[in-house]
Amino acid sequence: MADIQYLAPRTLDEAVGAYAAAAGAARILAGGTDLLVQMRSGAVRPGVIIDIKKIAELTRIEETPDGGFRIGAAVTGAALAEHPRFGKVWPGVLEAVNLIGSKQVQGRASPGGNLCNASPAADSVPALVAAGATVTVQGPNGRREMPVEAVPAGPGRTSLAPGEIVVRFTLPPRPAGSGDAYLRMIPRTEMDIAVVGCGVNLTLRDGAVTAARVSLGAVAPTVLLVEDAAKALIGSRLEEAALEAAAAACRAACRPINDKRGTIAYRTRVAGVLLKRAAAIAAERAGRA
Amino acid sequence: MNVVSNKWIGQRTIRPDGADKVTGRAAYAADATMPGMIWGKILRSPHPHARIRSIDTSKAEALPGVKAVVTAKDIVDFPVDTPVPLGIQDMRWMCRNVMAREKALFHGHPVAAVAATTEEIAAEACRLIEVDYEVLPWVIEIEDAIRPDAPILHDFLRFEGRPSNIAGKLEHRLGDVEAGFAEADVVIERSFATRPVHQGYIEPHACLVSVAPDGKTTIWSSSQGQFMVRAMTSLLTGIPQSDIRAIPAEIGGGFGGKTIIYLEPVAVMLSKKSGRPVKMVMTREEVMRATGPTSASRSTVKIGARRDGRIVAAQGTFYLQAGALPGSPIRGAAGCAFAPYDIPNVHSVGYDVVSNRSKVAAYRAPGAPIGAYAVECVLDELAEALGMDPLELRLKNAARQGTKAAHGPVYPRIGFAETIEAALAHPHYKAPLGKRQGRGVACGFWFNAGGESSAQVNVTEDGNVVVTTGHPDIGGSRASIANITAELLGIDYRRVSVLIGDTATIGYSNLTGGSRVLFASATVVTQSVEKVITQLRERAAKIWGIDPDAVKWEDGQALPAGDNAGRFPPLTLKQLAAKASETGGPIGAGVQLNTTGAEGGFATHICDVEVDPELGIVRVVRYTAFQDAGRAIHPGYVEGQMQGGVAQGIGWALSEEYVYDRQGRVDNASFLDYRMPVCSDLPMIDTVIIEVPNPKHPQGVRGVGEVPIVPPLAAISNAVYNALGRRFYSLPMSPPKVLATLEGAAA
Ligand SMILES: Cc1cc2nc3c(=O)[nH]c(=O)nc-3n(C[C@H](O)[C@H](O)[C@H](O)COP(=O)(O)OP(=O)(O)OC[C@H]3O[C@@H](n4cnc5c(N)ncnc54)[C@H](O)[C@@H]3O)c2cc1C
Repeated sequence: MADIQYLAPRTLDEAVGAYAAAAGAARILAGGTDLLVQMRSGAVRPGVIIDIKKIAELTRIEETPDGGFRIGAAVTGAALAEHPRFGKVWPGVLEAVNLIGSKQVQGRASPGGNLCNASPAADSVPALVAAGATVTVQGPNGRREMPVEAVPAGPGRTSLAPGEIVVRFTLPPRPAGSGDAYLRMIPRTEMDIAVVGCGVNLTLRDGAVTAARVSLGAVAPTVLLVEDAAKALIGSRLEEAALEAAAAACRAACRPINDKRGTIAYRTRVAGVLLKRAAAIAAERAGRA
Repeated sequence: MNVVSNKWIGQRTIRPDGADKVTGRAAYAADATMPGMIWGKILRSPHPHARIRSIDTSKAEALPGVKAVVTAKDIVDFPVDTPVPLGIQDMRWMCRNVMAREKALFHGHPVAAVAATTEEIAAEACRLIEVDYEVLPWVIEIEDAIRPDAPILHDFLRFEGRPSNIAGKLEHRLGDVEAGFAEADVVIERSFATRPVHQGYIEPHACLVSVAPDGKTTIWSSSQGQFMVRAMTSLLTGIPQSDIRAIPAEIGGGFGGKTIIYLEPVAVMLSKKSGRPVKMVMTREEVMRATGPTSASRSTVKIGARRDGRIVAAQGTFYLQAGALPGSPIRGAAGCAFAPYDIPNVHSVGYDVVSNRSKVAAYRAPGAPIGAYAVECVLDELAEALGMDPLELRLKNAARQGTKAAHGPVYPRIGFAETIEAALAHPHYKAPLGKRQGRGVACGFWFNAGGESSAQVNVTEDGNVVVTTGHPDIGGSRASIANITAELLGIDYRRVSVLIGDTATIGYSNLTGGSRVLFASATVVTQSVEKVITQLRERAAKIWGIDPDAVKWEDGQALPAGDNAGRFPPLTLKQLAAKASETGGPIGAGVQLNTTGAEGGFATHICDVEVDPELGIVRVVRYTAFQDAGRAIHPGYVEGQMQGGVAQGIGWALSEEYVYDRQGRVDNASFLDYRMPVCSDLPMIDTVIIEVPNPKHPQGVRGVGEVPIVPPLAAISNAVYNALGRRFYSLPMSPPKVLATLEGAAA
C-alpha cells in the first residue's frame, strides 16, 4: 500500500495550492466521516490528504450586520448547535445538520463535507437549498459564488473545478415571519440514511405565504429545488388544497430509483407526505418568529 | 433447595466479567497478539455459483512478504457420500464451507487464503491469485430453488429420485389430521414468508493460531465452544485433538452464529505452512456475506378447532433455506411450531432447501421463530373467527404436564399455562390503546438442551473458591455459577471466582448453545460442590476425631452435629483450608456428566405497536414478555435474555432482511443497510419471570436464552393487524411494504 501524505495548511491559499499541485491525487479532509470510511473500504485511495480544519475561515460562524450568516465549510454540527443565535434563525437548517449521524459523528461532520460528498441522500443539503444558501468556492482561478443546489452534479460528483475548495455557506437575512423545517424518512429512528428528505422555508404575513422554497433529497441523482411546490404555496394560507397541490408538485418532481432503501412508488408517496408535515412545522415556526 | 431462604440464588450479584467489559480490558480474540505474528486474508468468490477449474497461486506466493497460501487442497476432504456428523454440523459440508472445493457456491465463498507480514500485503496477494471459474446459473430464493427447472447446486442431492435442491425432509405425526379436520367447525389455512436474518453479533469472527514446529497447535478464538473449535479444526486439518489447545477468548456475542467455525482451520494451515503465528479477523462485510444468517422460509399452516375453541387438528409445511450446503433448522421450525399446545392430531413437515447463499448457522432457537410465526398468526385469526380472546384460546389449548407433543416427548411439570395466566392478569393486557395503536399476543416454545459438561471446584489455600467450567459465557453464566456455589457453600459470593477453562485445562464440555449452559453446568458444579462439602466434613471429623457423619456443613463452616453438637467450636472454610495439607491434601473436586432433563422453555408475549399509515412505519411502543425460567438464579440475566430475544425478534419482524442484487450478491452487507434496531427504536421491554421449577434439575433451572425470540414475530404481526385491520403474511413489515399494502387496500 502506497504512503499517504497528510497536510494541514493554515491558509486557504496554501490549501488551494497544494490541492491543485496534487492534480487529482489529493482529497480534502474536513471531518472525515465520509472520507475515512471510503478509504477504509478501499473505495478511494488518495495519495495526499489536505486537512482544512486548521484554516480559520473554514471553521468560523459569523452573523453579518444585516442578519445573515456565514458558516465555514468545515464547521462541525456540534459547533453549529452551540452557536447562540443560529438555531433560532435557521432551526430547519440546524436540525438537518444535527441529524447527521450520532453524537460522535456530530463532533466531526461538517456541512461542507456533506455537500461535497455529493450523496443524493445528504441531510443538510435540502435544508440549505430551501434556505436559499449560497457557497463561496476558492480555486486556482480565484473565488466564485454559487447557489448550493449548483454544487452536486450526480451521486458522488460535484460541479467543482479541479483544485476548488468550498470555503463557506452564506445564508441570507431573514424577513420577519419566516420559518424553516427539514424532515427525513428513515426506517430506523436514528443512525440511518434518508430514504426521502424534504426542506421547506416559508415567510408568512398575516397568515398568507409571501415567500417559499421547497427542496427534496434522495429522490433524484441530486438535491431538487421544487419550484412548482413553492408556487403552489405562495399566496396561499396553507389550506389543504394548496398543501395537496404542493405535495403533488413534489411527487411529480421525484425521479427516484428502486433500491435496497426504498421503491420508486414509496419514495414518491413519501415526498408528498413529508412536504405537508415540514410545511406545517415551518409555518408554526414562522408564526412564532 | 429451599427457595425462600436462599441468600445468593436469586440475587442480582455483580457480574464477574463486568468491570473488564465496561472498561475495555476484556480480551477478545482480535486483541490477541504473538511475537512473529503474521496476517491471514481470504480470497472470496466473486460469483454466486461457479465451477473452479483451476487456481494459480504462483504470483501471490512470489509477492515479497507472503509466507503461505492455502486452498481446498490443504483442508481434509470428506467425501459427500459418507456422513460425518459433529453436533448439528456435518464435516462433509464444513470442509466445503471453509474452503470451496469443487465449486464456489455463493458470492463470498472462500476459495483461497494468504498469510503475509501485513494485512495490506495479504490483501494484495489475494488479488494476485488467478482462479479460472466456469460461471454457472445460480438460484437464491426458496421458490426458485424448488422449481423443476432450477439450477442444481449439488449433483449428489436427490429428492424423490430426482436431482433436487431439497436436501432433506423431517416429519412429525401425531394422531390423524384428516380425521381431526373433519371434526373441526372452523379451519384457517394461511401461507407465510420470512427473509433471512443475521445474528448480528457485534464482534466479527477472529482468531490467532500458532502451530509450533513440533505440531502443537494453540488457537485463541471467539466461539461458543472451545471443544467444538478443537474437534472441527482437528477433523479439517488432520491434527489430533490432543495436539490442539483451543483457548476461548471473551466473546462479543454469538447468538448461535459462533457454534460453527470459519477461520480456525484455515489459519492453522497457514500457520503450519509458514511456521509463524497467524491472525485472522473478518470485516463486517465478510461477516454479512459469508457467515451464517438464519434461513428464509415459506410456510403453510392449517389449524382447525371446534366452536368451543378446542383445537382438534393442525398441519404445517415449512420450507427453510439452508444456504449453499445442507442443514437448515427444520427441526426447530417443524418441531417447535405446535409444541406449546395440546393438539390430538398434528402433521408437521420441514424441507431443507439449498441455494446459492451463505450456509446458515444456528440463530437463537434455530427455526422455532419461523414455525411460531405462522402458527401464532393463524391462531390469531382463529380466535377472531371463534369470537374468543386470543390468550383464552391459547390457555384453553395449552400443553400441560402429561401432554404428548408431536415432536415426541410427554411433558413433565411445565409452566406454560402460568405464562398465559400471568399475561391475562397483567395491567398491560387491559391498558387502553392510543390512536393508530394495536395490540397482539403470541406464545412460543424451545426445546432447551442438556448434554456434556465438566466442572472443577477447588478450595484455595487461603480458603476461597475457584470454579472452572468449560463453557464460553455469553449470557452471564459465570455470575450464576458463582451465586450457586456461594449458596451451597454458605460463603460470600465475592469469595468465589468462576473461570472458563480451555480444552487442556477442563474436561470436555459441549458448546454454549441450546440454552443449555446454566442447566448443565449448574448440575456438574452442584455435584462438585457437594463432593467438596463431603471432603470438608471429613477434614473436620478428622481434626475432631469423630465420625464424618457426625459433622454438618452450615453457613460456610463445619459443625459437630447430633450427640456431638456443641462439643467443638465450628471450623470455617478458611480454617479447614489452612489445615488441608495435614488432613489429607488439597481440597477440590470435579464432575463430568452428560446431563439430561433439560425440559422445554415456554413464553407468552404482549406487544403494542403504533403505525404511521402515511409513511408505513411500525414502531413497538410497549412490550411485555412472560417466561417460565424454572428458577432464576440471577434474575438480571434472565431478564437480559428475555429483552435481548425480544429486541432481535422486533428487528426480524420489522426491519432486518438480506437484500440481493441482480448478480446474486448481498446488496446490504453493512449495518447501515442491514437494519438491526438501534436503542431508540425500542421501548423498554418489560419482563415477568415465572418460576415453575424444573423437577429434573438441582436448582429447578430451565434454559431461558432462546425462547424469547420465538413469539415476537407473530406478536408484532398480530398487533399490526389490530392497529390497521390488515394482515401481513410476510416479513419484514418494512415501511415500503406496509405502505404498499395499505394503498392496495385503499385502491
Ligand atoms: C456513522 C455515520 C452516520 C452518518 N449519518 C449521516 C446522516 O444521517 N446523514 C447524512 O447526510 N450523512 C451521514 N453520514 C455521512 C457523513 O457524516 C456526512 O456526509 C458528513 O456531513 C460529512 O462531513 P465531513 O466533514 O466528515 O466530510 P469528509 O469526510 O471530511 O469529506 C466528505 C467529502 O467531501 C470532500 N470535502 C469535504 N470538505 C470539502 C470542502 N470544503 N471543499 C471541497 N471538498 C470537500 C472530501 O474530500 C470528501 O470527498 C454519516 C456517516 C457516518 C460515518
